[in-house]
Amino acid sequence: MNASIDPVLPATVPETDSRRASWYESPARTRVSLLLDEESFEEFLGPEQREMSPNLRAFDLPEQFDDGMIIGRGSLSRIPVFVAAQEGRFMGGAFGEVHGAKLTGLLRAARDLRSVPVIILFDTGGVRLQEANAGELAIAEIMRAVIEARVAGVTVIGLIGGRAGCYGGGGLIAGCCSALAVSEQGRISVSGPEVIETNRGVEEFDSKDRALVWRTMGGKHRRLIGGADVFVDDTIADFRDTALGLLADARPFSLQTLKNEQTRLESRVQQFGECPDAIDIWRSMGIADADTVPEMTYDQFTAVVGKIGSTDHAAR
Amino acid sequence: MEVLSFKHEVSKSAAGTTKQAITGVVASGNLEVLVERTASEKWCVVEIRTTVRGFNPVWEAVVDDFVGRFATGGLLFSINDGGARPDTVSLRLAQALRLMEKTEK
Amino acid sequence: MQWHKNRDARDERIQAGRKLSAGKIVDAQDTTRLLEAVIRKGDRVCLEGDNQKQADLLSSALLAVDTAVISDLHMVQSGVVLPEHLDLFERGVATKLDYAYSGPQSARIATMLFGGKIQLGAVHTYLELFARYFIDLTPNVALIAAVSADRDGNLYTGPNTEDTPTVVEATTFKDGIVVAQVNEIVDKVPRVDIPGDRVHFVVKADKPFFVEPLFTRDPAAITETQILTAMLAIKGIYAPYGVKRLNHGIGFSTAAIELLLPTYGEALGLKGKIASHFALNPHPALIPAIESGWVEQIHSFGSEVGMDDYIRARPDVYFTGPDGSLRSNRAFSQVAGLYACDMFIGSTLQIDLSGNSSTVTTNRIAGFGGAPNMGSDARGRRHPSDPWLKAGREADPDGLPALRRGRKLVVQIGETFGEKNVPLFVEKLDALALAEKLKLDLAPVMIYGDDVTHIVTEEGIANLLLCRSADEREQAIRGVAGYTDVGRGRDKAMVSQLRERGIIVRPEDLGIDPLQANRNLLAARSIKDIVRWSGGLYAPPSKFRNW
Repeated sequence: MNASIDPVLPATVPETDSRRASWYESPARTRVSLLLDEESFEEFLGPEQREMSPNLRAFDLPEQFDDGMIIGRGSLSRIPVFVAAQEGRFMGGAFGEVHGAKLTGLLRAARDLRSVPVIILFDTGGVRLQEANAGELAIAEIMRAVIEARVAGVTVIGLIGGRAGCYGGGGLIAGCCSALAVSEQGRISVSGPEVIETNRGVEEFDSKDRALVWRTMGGKHRRLIGGADVFVDDTIADFRDTALGLLADARPFSLQTLKNEQTRLESRVQQFGECPDAIDIWRSMGIADADTVPEMTYDQFTAVVGKIGSTDHAAR
Repeated sequence: MEVLSFKHEVSKSAAGTTKQAITGVVASGNLEVLVERTASEKWCVVEIRTTVRGFNPVWEAVVDDFVGRFATGGLLFSINDGGARPDTVSLRLAQALRLMEKTEK
Repeated sequence: MQWHKNRDARDERIQAGRKLSAGKIVDAQDTTRLLEAVIRKGDRVCLEGDNQKQADLLSSALLAVDTAVISDLHMVQSGVVLPEHLDLFERGVATKLDYAYSGPQSARIATMLFGGKIQLGAVHTYLELFARYFIDLTPNVALIAAVSADRDGNLYTGPNTEDTPTVVEATTFKDGIVVAQVNEIVDKVPRVDIPGDRVHFVVKADKPFFVEPLFTRDPAAITETQILTAMLAIKGIYAPYGVKRLNHGIGFSTAAIELLLPTYGEALGLKGKIASHFALNPHPALIPAIESGWVEQIHSFGSEVGMDDYIRARPDVYFTGPDGSLRSNRAFSQVAGLYACDMFIGSTLQIDLSGNSSTVTTNRIAGFGGAPNMGSDARGRRHPSDPWLKAGREADPDGLPALRRGRKLVVQIGETFGEKNVPLFVEKLDALALAEKLKLDLAPVMIYGDDVTHIVTEEGIANLLLCRSADEREQAIRGVAGYTDVGRGRDKAMVSQLRERGIIVRPEDLGIDPLQANRNLLAARSIKDIVRWSGGLYAPPSKFRNW
């Protein structure tokens, strides 16, 4: 009765446990496991420790053993790294008390050690409404911890390409990182589409217009405008290669870096502030057929990016 | 929150030497399963926390079938459930068990 | 005796209408007055009302008629889709209804039927309604939608031709009046779908007629369980029966099947052996299989938003006119599904212990559409095919081969728990309660158990052809009903026996490991992937895009 199990996967299909897997589709644990060198990941405060949110029970909401934040250390091409990864499908990847504290602790450890870079796999809608105060405090603590780590010479890289994007406090933290890599599916912003629509009206921003959302906050736009440093293909392999590249390209961090960043941002507002839509921004950057950017394939877009040059690393 | 616990006396211990494994995500229609190896090889314990009330008989049936079908002795399965369907629960339990059956290097 | 009363009446109506027209062309703002001139009280009116395209200008214009002049109409139409279709009854413009499909208005039509606001003739399948257009429900007036017209009234209905040729044929050749709304009036139509001498009046609408995207399923929403059911169907039914000619009902499990052909189907070596000839709307999810060389040809009931350019570029596969665009025809596709297909596979909302299935719930009446035609065994069929004969043998192994008819495979596929964790399997269909409430002669059953040959869930496949008693059939169904109450009520010993006999097949019996059912098997995992497969020819509607 029992037939032997098929070798079901044809050669052209990426396996779940191969680096060709989609970053977007993979759970956080898979991203971590495949991003790093095989079997190199050692988790801190893993799920078996059961360090869960103390607040969700009051709302009759289910908890997750790791509170949606995975932290630990591993190696990337034998380079020791700290890794933090958010599970975007648990409470929208949002920050809560324990979730935030884990990341804060990891960054402080990096600050104290001085020698190990940190890679943050963002996938978050911001702060949990149910843990608003703790969440906001955590965001502030994390931003401070990122800067303290960078002052101590630690590179902190953000990788963005999940379902929840990188919103709210996550967007703020990302803005403090040494470098960011983003895929087409990824989005980076502070206020989310619904919040903008609620506060400014649908004529200002129609949150249901997905093309508008991605033009305004999506990976391609962020790369073009300089909000992210590298545009990545939606595979774990490309995120891994990119992370390695960004680590190799690490720059020192000082007050001057922040001043350069301030100048860069001011000139960005000056240059593009009057543009009503991202397409107008791209046009003013001299990109040919700007309106076709959203539908460009990875290769086509990469060619466009190649022409505009890399972001200024003296800033950020 | 409903808390359920099932303890089964079983004849076969689980294969492999892996100490713990985890699979799944707590989201709507989904669940996470943390499995840990325990000292009591004759027992399989499944503990569930779920926000959906009134499905005890279904959980019991799913766990009965799982334990009846696979070698699960010496394992503690801890579940956080986000309202998953029974077939998804069976799938996650099987996934978790498969991860445990590997031999740690 | 007078033998041409109807013809005379028609000529008189045309004359009345001509007072408002320049030749056949009527100004949009005069549409209501035109309708008041050509329609009479108590007329049978067919308003398109197709599955996809809607003659929305004509609907609104009809709604606005003076009810002192026009009332008590008997609406005969395929689909009750727009709110205006039901507003006609609220206003008293129409009082009686015969139709086939009411998906988008399923809640409101239920309320109006219970409230006695609509006198229901019957709910039909598309093909039945078309048939009655020629016998006892012939329209006096047909209000249709076309893409363009020339001044002689020749119409181009284009990719969404759908029901129009059938409606016009019945109406015009039985002394009825045909009024068409068009998107534009041109010197020469790209092709003549409806010859001008069948059309009496043409109105140019301010905006193109409404078309709903119904057959687009986002691969991002396909779950692992649906993929498992798709794998079971391919390996456990398509392959052993060698099903080449088929129809897929719309749904996520069938979308998963379509997206698994180039990967899982390929790995099983099935290309060329299955799924080559379809009666099917232009499903975007089939694009990867088409591009990979699986599909010989497809005949379509209608079109699908965003598929026009892709279809134009693939005339070897689709039916197209000399102008290059799709030609669809619902009536012929329905007939094809009945007589030229060896299998129907689709989903439903409820299945009972005899295998009867229904999409009716106590507060919603969606009608039948085409599913009962596609999902039934056409006893008038005579030509043999391997799958048909094999199914016939399974149903009646002891019969005399020369007198043993084959059986069309009718497969119901789905997860044991559906949306909102509602069980698929029930002891008693909600349709029965609805029939009582509405005093219907028959409960609205979509597919009857004695037509169903297989049920596929994540738990396995139940082959009802091999069951020899009602008891066996019931346990076979319980045996794939998972952890629903129906499934947990199974006789375990009997189910075990049925499995021994091959009546119930579990995934592992087919060499399928449920843990292998993951989204990486899909040839396309997003709408964008499908666009890439099509070489940029497929243009998804905006709700499916983030670009």
